[in-house]
Amino acid sequence: MTVAKLEPATTLAELQETKPDRVTIVVLSGDMDRVMAAFIIATGAAAMGMQVTMFFTFWGLNVIRRQGTASAAKDWLRRLFGVLNKGGAQGLPLSRFHFLGVGTRMMKRVMRTSKMPAIPELLSMAQDLGVQFIACTTTMGLMGISKDTLIDGVDQLAGVSTYLAEARQGSVNLFI
Amino acid sequence: MIQADVKLDTLGYFCPMPIIMTSKKIKELTTGQVLEVLSDDEGIKKDMPAWCQTTGHEMVGLEEEANGAKPIYKAYVKKTK
Repeated sequence: MTVAKLEPATTLAELQETKPDRVTIVVLSGDMDRVMAAFIIATGAAAMGMQVTMFFTFWGLNVIRRQGTASAAKDWLRRLFGVLNKGGAQGLPLSRFHFLGVGTRMMKRVMRTSKMPAIPELLSMAQDLGVQFIACTTTMGLMGISKDTLIDGVDQLAGVSTYLAEARQGSVNLFI
Repeated sequence: MIQADVKLDTLGYFCPMPIIMTSKKIKELTTGQVLEVLSDDEGIKKDMPAWCQTTGHEMVGLEEEANGAKPIYKAYVKKTK
């Protein structure tokens, strides 16, 4: 058995320059792969002691909707849209190779066998680590998504000003 | 060899799990104790120093153990606060 000593300090010069302590992530996408990246960054940042806010908008709002909840809209156009646009963190499709769900199921299996947490696990992990969730009220209005069809633990329902107020204090602001 | 007070096994887990498990585990230690984190994710070589840099805990050492195709890394973190 060989044991090699590695020097950690030498690679840190770049990192020492900036010490971000506030992170904001806009989650516009409802694709599983992109949402996964968003949660990995969010949980990683929270584990590093940073304050993290995730702002869920448009397709991203599906991540924090309860599984299988219907649109509360009254008009037929938005109702139809609600039928097509299902919510729920475990039902997100891959951005590529979804193949009517077959590809996504295969990816989920690969993730499971690699001990990689799935989106619902990443989501609850983020909540445990104190990541703030904001739901975009504009999208909720557009798509007829009511407050009670969102998951528990959504901290705020808000709009662009709230996001910007957070983001201007952030040193890492991402749009996914 | 660095003497560790507490060990954490993250073998088989990819990023961000080792860091998240470390951040949870370090809370159970008392100041001055050393945590040994076992990982086979190569990213740990850079991620653990970066995590220490940001959180203020002290990276006291990093060892690489040959283990066939996939080396095992041992990161030693001293709780500073």
